[in-house]
Amino acid sequence: MCSDPGQELIRQDIRDHKLDRIVVAACSPHLHEHIFREAVAAADLNPYYFHMVNLREHDSWVHTDKAAATAKAMDLVRAAVRRVKWHEPLESRQVAIHSDVLIVGGGIAGIDAALTLANAGKHVYLVEREATIGGHMAQFDKTFPTLDCAACILTPKMTAVRSHRNITLWTWSDVRQVEGYVGNYSVTVRRKPRYVLEDLCVGCLECIQACVYKQAKVPDAFNLGLGKRKPIYIPFPQAVPQVVVIDPETCIEFKSGKCKKTCVEVCAERNAIDFHQPEEIRTIQVGTIILATGFEVFDSARIPYYGYGLYPNVYTALEIERLVNASGPTGGEVVLRDGRKPASVGIVHCVGSRDVHTNRYCSRVCCMYSLKLAHLIKEKTGAEVYNFYIDMRSPGKAFEEFYNRVAEEGVVFIRGKVADIYPAGNGDGRLILQAEDTLLGMIRKIPVDMVVLSTGLEPRADANDVRRLFNIGCSSDGFFLERHPKLAPVSTFADGIFIAGCCQGPKDIPDTVAQSGAAAAQALALIDAGVVELEPNTAYVMEDACSGCKTCLPLCPYQAISFVEEKRAHINEVLCKGCGTCVAACPSGSIRQHMFEDDQIFEEIEGILAYA
Amino acid sequence: MPEAFEPKIVAFFCNWCTYLAADLAGTSRIKYAPNTRIVRVMCSGRVDPQFVLEAFAKGADGVLIGGCHPGDCHYQEGNYKALRRYELLRRLLNQLGIEDARFRLEWISAAEGDRVRVVVDDMVEKLRALGPRTPAYRREVA
Repeated sequence: MCSDPGQELIRQDIRDHKLDRIVVAACSPHLHEHIFREAVAAADLNPYYFHMVNLREHDSWVHTDKAAATAKAMDLVRAAVRRVKWHEPLESRQVAIHSDVLIVGGGIAGIDAALTLANAGKHVYLVEREATIGGHMAQFDKTFPTLDCAACILTPKMTAVRSHRNITLWTWSDVRQVEGYVGNYSVTVRRKPRYVLEDLCVGCLECIQACVYKQAKVPDAFNLGLGKRKPIYIPFPQAVPQVVVIDPETCIEFKSGKCKKTCVEVCAERNAIDFHQPEEIRTIQVGTIILATGFEVFDSARIPYYGYGLYPNVYTALEIERLVNASGPTGGEVVLRDGRKPASVGIVHCVGSRDVHTNRYCSRVCCMYSLKLAHLIKEKTGAEVYNFYIDMRSPGKAFEEFYNRVAEEGVVFIRGKVADIYPAGNGDGRLILQAEDTLLGMIRKIPVDMVVLSTGLEPRADANDVRRLFNIGCSSDGFFLERHPKLAPVSTFADGIFIAGCCQGPKDIPDTVAQSGAAAAQALALIDAGVVELEPNTAYVMEDACSGCKTCLPLCPYQAISFVEEKRAHINEVLCKGCGTCVAACPSGSIRQHMFEDDQIFEEIEGILAYA
Repeated sequence: MPEAFEPKIVAFFCNWCTYLAADLAGTSRIKYAPNTRIVRVMCSGRVDPQFVLEAFAKGADGVLIGGCHPGDCHYQEGNYKALRRYELLRRLLNQLGIEDARFRLEWISAAEGDRVRVVVDDMVEKLRALGPRTPAYRREVA
């Protein structure tokens, strides 16, 4: 029906038979309702004389009893045929799209989307919670399968964001409130005080040198605690913006108020340090929003038998990324906590993935980054490297070739899930990895110096709060829900809000960048159209019948209902989003809703139950 | 032998969560009892108690309202309004002799296709056990 001939059939029938109501019994209205409406409109009939019956998703696909399914189909079609009798001609509402865009999250997804939109001449607000943009990608050393250095391909983009005249970059900031609707969102952003004024700091970093703490003592989050920083710090050398941050938890001035403030002295006339900098609340107007809030690394301590946190030489993959990185805490040396070079390394795949006890899904990137780390560790240390895997998943451009290359380099692959990690017991500090080798059909116990846990990707701990803030859904695994898994992968059920990158589900950098481009294109499509059509499903008051009881006033979450002087309720059509709560509550029945009139719904109920 | 009793359930599903969950159940080819007839409303808060009364008056054996989980309403809090009306209406229906099992409010998010199956199958099973509706006055006479 939705094909060209099907639509033509509808148009022809409207003309030939002078039809004035159309019912299509096919798939979900969420899929093709708009196509049929357009077909109806093309035959000069008001598109809202059309109604769609969902016989596919709600009937034929979900029932096996053919007779019962047919009876259900008849009920539903009858209901629709009776319903459309009450349909009225309506016009869709048009609202203008504000051309500014908000992007939340400054990882590679947010950076890429911001640059695409900014290059198209749109103004972008990029809001990042951390003190620098870059996200997880900035922590990686090389990227699979090409082994490009992550920083070499990322940092130029970070700098471009900083210098782009169309991008307002707010780091150390988070979104507190979102109001409005597609095209007209009003967003409140909190800018946390970094106690260093962004406009005045030139990024000379002399204050860090001058800090009364001669030695860096605070665990450094960027290096996952493997390195140390001072209370005044910059997250990493290529951080953008190049503005230092003061951590009030550890700064002596904040703790005691009795510091010599050598940082302020050295900052001198630049005067960038302000211990009394207040938090700033900014409200911005944007038309579209892209969420690129990323992922969290699975917490390995949740699998106690892997001994993370208990045995010092059990590392997470991200920690190894920092160790192999030349600007990391060891200057690129892969060494154990006691400084020795490992002679043997075991890499444990699927930690927190493909496991009913943690996450059922595959995190998609761990096989490949495990191969990459195996290659890098072997290259740097010459160690014997063992990969313990369930299945090797390398479905991507040049991925399988990379797997073969790493295998040829002499990395050992053992097909089996590691069941236990425990000390060798002979005092040499080695750890034994125990797994059932399912190819050999035997239990293997491999002693190694270093264990790398290939941790999976999880939704952000506050993903639920964030999705509620933006009024979008999440899938059962907790990642943000796309509008359609195939055909609308970056759209959400909130019009004008798009998702990109790992907040939607685990994915690698190429897929993330593809999504951020898609999200930027979707936002651009809205902005350049200039207006968006909204469903005319607003509520309205039959003013003659309104008794002025005010029951409806507090029900409206959008303050769309006001009480006018003639003692009647009035609904502002622009503010009304069409939920219909006031309609259901009105005691005199004088509030009605376009497209969901009482008459229409009663008729539907009666149609369904005509033969009950 | 009389035909086995098959209850007929009118279901009011909100556009953003439960209706989509039913769509997802369809795309995932999840199989469930064919006893419901879904009426789409934008929000569970749109479900006027009169819709429920009308459905029962016209012979429905059960009414199911599906909305977004608390805190997840597309319209902020329409589902809470639905919950309040549900509690009140349930008592009224009790007095009319309509048992609790016949009137249900469920939170089913757009991602919970399988929950549509669980809820519908469970409700159908309970209604089958309960049998056809008997008007209260008739029961008193008996």
